[in-house]
Amino acid sequence: MQSKDRINDFVIKIATVNGTGSSSANTLLMKAIFRMGIPVIGKNYFPSNIQGLPTWYEIRVTEKGYLARSGSVGIMVAMNAQTYAEDLVEVSPNGLLIYDATWPRAELESRPDVTVLPIPLSRMCNEAFSGARTRILLKNIAYVGVIAALIDIDQDRVHQLLTETFADKPKLIDSNMQAFELGYDYTRSNFECPLKTRLVPMDAMADHIMIDGNTAAALGCVYAGATVGSWYPITPSTSLFDAFGGFCKRLRKDSDTGEHNYCIIQAEDELSAIGMALGAAWSGARAFTATSGPGISLMSEFLGLAYFTEIPLVLFDVQRAGPSTGMPTRTQQSDILAAAFASHGDTRHVLLFPSDPAECFEFAVTAFDLTERLQTPVIVLSDLDIGMNDWPCPSLSWDDNYQPDRGKVYSADDLSQMDTFARYLDVDGDGICYRTLPGEHPKGGYLIRGSGHNKFGGYTEKADEYQEVVDRLRRKFDTAAGLVPEPVIETAERADCAIVSLGSCDGAVREARDRLAAEGILADYMRVRAFPFSQSVIDFLTRYERVFVVEQNRDAQFCSLLQTETGLSGDKLIPVLSYGGMPVACTDIIDPMLEKIAKGKAA
Amino acid sequence: MSFIKKPRLTKGLPQNTLGLTIADYEGAMSTLCAGCGHDSISAAIVQAYYELDIEPHRIAKVSGIGCSSKTPTYFLRPAHGFNSVHGRMPSIITGANAANRDLHYIGVSGDGDSLSIGLGQFCHAIRRNVNMLYVLENNGVYGLTKGQFSASADVGSSARKGGEVNAQAPIDPVLTAINFGCSFVARGFSGDKRNLVPLLKAAIQHPGFAMLDVISPCVTFNDHEGSTKSYAYTRDSERTTVYADFIPVLEPIEANVEKAVTSVTLHDGSRITLRKVDDDYDPFDPGAATAYIRAHQAQGEIVTGLLFLDENALDLHRTKNTTKTPLNALESSRLIPGAAVLEDLQKAWR
Repeated sequence: MQSKDRINDFVIKIATVNGTGSSSANTLLMKAIFRMGIPVIGKNYFPSNIQGLPTWYEIRVTEKGYLARSGSVGIMVAMNAQTYAEDLVEVSPNGLLIYDATWPRAELESRPDVTVLPIPLSRMCNEAFSGARTRILLKNIAYVGVIAALIDIDQDRVHQLLTETFADKPKLIDSNMQAFELGYDYTRSNFECPLKTRLVPMDAMADHIMIDGNTAAALGCVYAGATVGSWYPITPSTSLFDAFGGFCKRLRKDSDTGEHNYCIIQAEDELSAIGMALGAAWSGARAFTATSGPGISLMSEFLGLAYFTEIPLVLFDVQRAGPSTGMPTRTQQSDILAAAFASHGDTRHVLLFPSDPAECFEFAVTAFDLTERLQTPVIVLSDLDIGMNDWPCPSLSWDDNYQPDRGKVYSADDLSQMDTFARYLDVDGDGICYRTLPGEHPKGGYLIRGSGHNKFGGYTEKADEYQEVVDRLRRKFDTAAGLVPEPVIETAERADCAIVSLGSCDGAVREARDRLAAEGILADYMRVRAFPFSQSVIDFLTRYERVFVVEQNRDAQFCSLLQTETGLSGDKLIPVLSYGGMPVACTDIIDPMLEKIAKGKAA
Repeated sequence: MSFIKKPRLTKGLPQNTLGLTIADYEGAMSTLCAGCGHDSISAAIVQAYYELDIEPHRIAKVSGIGCSSKTPTYFLRPAHGFNSVHGRMPSIITGANAANRDLHYIGVSGDGDSLSIGLGQFCHAIRRNVNMLYVLENNGVYGLTKGQFSASADVGSSARKGGEVNAQAPIDPVLTAINFGCSFVARGFSGDKRNLVPLLKAAIQHPGFAMLDVISPCVTFNDHEGSTKSYAYTRDSERTTVYADFIPVLEPIEANVEKAVTSVTLHDGSRITLRKVDDDYDPFDPGAATAYIRAHQAQGEIVTGLLFLDENALDLHRTKNTTKTPLNALESSRLIPGAAVLEDLQKAWR
């Protein structure tokens, strides 16, 4: 049924039961493809559960380097009998389905346009290995062998990867390799290999790494010089602090004393987590926290305090599907408005929108520089898709000349030469005042308060004194618009329309633009990377009659923010929304765009 | 309440070893009600830091929300202060202490701020043994919102207006703190400065979380007959069990001891002495201390003094093995691993 050659452009989806150890097998498979120099991205669709529920892993092999979910499935590995029926439905026409044929099934559904390959995976592993857990784990490696035979992955490459993975446990190299070969050899002996859907080595991944966004963000915090991190476990942000802890153990232990040049505190809740980060930042350390979902609601009160008292704070919000508990293991970009205006009263916060793990690394450093420069919280809005999935990224680089921007802080020397110090004087006219650190100098002491204060820091309930402070805070936000990362803009000669998007939509938008171009529709593109919006964001929007705003939430939050903050007419901004919890695919963008363009023409 | 600026008179006042007078430790004019117990506590705090020769700007004073949380304005003017949000002072100090272990931290809170909205943070800061002084100014009512019962109100205590009688069991901060393993637990009375200042000094020097519950009558909403947090009731019911004092490294122990004296030596060589009134009280045994406090409470007594002490408990930094240099003082060259390390790290992801 495999009619045409399909080289380096297909999706393998693996359906398993969570808690059975399939993730290391899936990583092995993906890494082997990556090592062949072929762009590949993995997306994990897992349940909010420890063991026993269905889980899927999707590996997209993409010659052109597209990073979005493709929306089609060429090869389905249906290891979970419970989901077999729905997995079969999902296979694209002319696709292939592999299942564990150890136990014959009385009524096995099939499709005329899908080739079904029965492989007795459990039987082979049960015969070759002892121990229930070992058999279950190695069955996963066996299906990697099956796929390797079908799509033409070199056995040596797999062996090399296993050697690296189990460098500390050499016994496991042999058993894993044996399991791999069981699947590989069986498939080669019983079916025609390789398929027309297969791999051909490329050289596109030479200077690339496979990394997830939470790991990259954590590494960015290390490189920014963050010393205090406080957090409360919550999916999908947890792995950011797991990674930060791991890096600190490795990189931040004093070589002479073994003492830690960092302090990570697992708090009792999100309120405490952000309170600790704030206390540490008030004291002059680079401090941060990370959260997701309900955590951003719980942290709102402290965000308002940090805004009003003007204390730096970096917060990573790894967004998940809301509202309320929502779907903790599904992705969304639905905290945009909640984050931009978190807390009661007139508040507004600086937001950064990384689009991939490499930008998580970069923006972690940017966030610390900005927060100390602006003396206001900076929230990095990542999401589950970026944070927890492995992405191919250009290698991370570092400039050893980097100097952290600690912002406007009076030193003990500065203070000793001053008559008096007052906290909220706009000395430089940019809305950013000078602060002092606790304990630095007797002249630097002052009482910081979340209650109404005047420009000297004193308590006030007087209208003019209060307004003077909050008006300056607004001016400071205008200053921020000139300091945050500029948008990434791509224009064509003669575009029909424009797409504006942010964060993890980037891959799908790029793919959509290519496909639309193939149909003769040229769309210029601006990826906004921060809030407040800089002048170039406004300039771009004003240039087009019609701008499609692509984002991953129901209520077009980003589109609303663009409207209210730029004052542009709502008519020209057309929301294109994807919010089911799956990462956005290019078809989620193309179909509504074409529909709206057709409608526009008809009118 | 007054908007008059407090005069600062230092002439002729005695100086401590830093050459500072007690006026250098004072703050702005209090805006609390005349006769408020909290003002007496502020005065005791001023005296304790003055007598301990601690530089005022090396102190960070943090509070939450409520009458008690207003008081950091009224003491230690040169110190850095942070009047934060309701019930969250412990997390601010935990973070500040994590970043700079070299400062003295005093958290001021009340019974509403600590025992209702902030009970979680109170308990968890105790568990972490953050090196700080936690002063709980305990008056049994919400003052700023005009007299509602707080979680420390005793069963049977009546409200000033309407005569409502509290029926819910109180949360006793002292018993709570001992239960959570607090390394220094004491109770004082704002009307008894002679005992309060030594308790404060010992608490300040204790190398861990020191919880000092201070009964501090609210003259406006909870000082009437029928209240169990009034001046009169507290004076009649106070039973001081262990007097404490703090003795700096160089000072000899005075000989005029009345009863059994136990001396606890701190890491820097200074000492806390405990003078017990009841021979059978053991301030080093949490179970026995709890039983004693409960038994006397049942008789309508308020047990005060240094009630529990464990000077060897590891504080946050010793548990975490953080460097002796405050984290906020580490040079970025010691923190940022550099390009070569980054290149090496990435091998694992290729």
